[in-house]
Amino acid sequence: MNQLENFTKGFIRNNPVLVLLLGTCPTLGVTTSAINGLGMGLATTFVLVMSNLAISLMKNLIPDNVRIPAFIVIIASFVTIVDLFMAGYAPALHEQLGLFIPLIVVNCIVLGRAEAFASKNDVFSSVIDGLGMGLGFAFALVMLGSIREVLGGGTFFGLRFMQGDGILVFVLAPGAFIALGYLIALINKLRKA
Amino acid sequence: MEYIIIIISAIFVNNIVFAQFLGICPFLGVSNKLSTSIGMGGAVIFVLTLATIVTYLVYQFVLVPLGLGFLQTISYILVIAALVQMVEIILKKVSPSLYQALGIYLPLITTNCAVLGVAILVIQKNFNLLESVVFAAATSVGFTLALVIFAGIREHMELMGIPKGMRGVPIALVTAGLLSLAFMGFAGLV
Repeated sequence: MNQLENFTKGFIRNNPVLVLLLGTCPTLGVTTSAINGLGMGLATTFVLVMSNLAISLMKNLIPDNVRIPAFIVIIASFVTIVDLFMAGYAPALHEQLGLFIPLIVVNCIVLGRAEAFASKNDVFSSVIDGLGMGLGFAFALVMLGSIREVLGGGTFFGLRFMQGDGILVFVLAPGAFIALGYLIALINKLRKA
Repeated sequence: MEYIIIIISAIFVNNIVFAQFLGICPFLGVSNKLSTSIGMGGAVIFVLTLATIVTYLVYQFVLVPLGLGFLQTISYILVIAALVQMVEIILKKVSPSLYQALGIYLPLITTNCAVLGVAILVIQKNFNLLESVVFAAATSVGFTLALVIFAGIREHMELMGIPKGMRGVPIALVTAGLLSLAFMGFAGLV
């Protein structure tokens, strides 16, 4: 597989959220606005790239039957780095994302890529894979965040372009489920066409 | 009274699935049949409550005295993973029938973000041990409630004529959205 295809597969064809349905908790939980979606997406991308890098470097050192706990510790270390970094440099965003930053550890995408890709491939392709998958995740989050922000509040990345209030339900919990449901239906339709 | 408020709030008002978006993967994954959803719910109630007690003790008696609060995420995930393994082994030995019922769901729980989420939440909310246990038990009951209601609806939905593009996950998500809307009716209860 060439590197370009390796990079782009995460965007639409194997998009972790919209097609593989991994990591739905942060997807629904943080996408009340596009900027939150972007922040969460980039944080996850960082963790994915770094954990893929570390795991592909160490894949020959980790005994096979303890590989899952080992992967989890590596992932948790990078999550802690992101958590502390965000708390220090982007406290407002950290406050907004709250609980979902430490929960990147149990995001199935990260462990899934470690197990399915980084533990079997060389360093360079693992990093590219992590970057592609992470940006695909971020892309899906920004898309869902934009839909909810535009419909729910009439703003886009905080910029107001509509008078009055939006459809409040889209910013609340039910709107997350409904918007993601229709988004996945749309992607299914596009993929088959 | 305080405990009743915690219970009502955790089960209905701030339902972990419909209001907090934790544990969505198992919520969508094992809600096809009513019987499996009850099994998964039972396993979650058991492990989540136990994990919250253990992680709470680890935090208060190991991490805080040593000033290692920043290792919270790493230590919690390890404790939870080890705990799930241990529960599996003990259950297999002590109660084979319970193991038969819950066994296949146990490994799935390690990556259930509800477990880690609740363990972190009780620290953030500054609960004491008893409050944490009550909160954890009530939250997992709320999870089971959501899962069982959802599975019941999905079983019926299989017989319905659903537009092609909406079949499967999309309609499940929209249904979850409507359920979540229904649960919003509990807001203001406490």
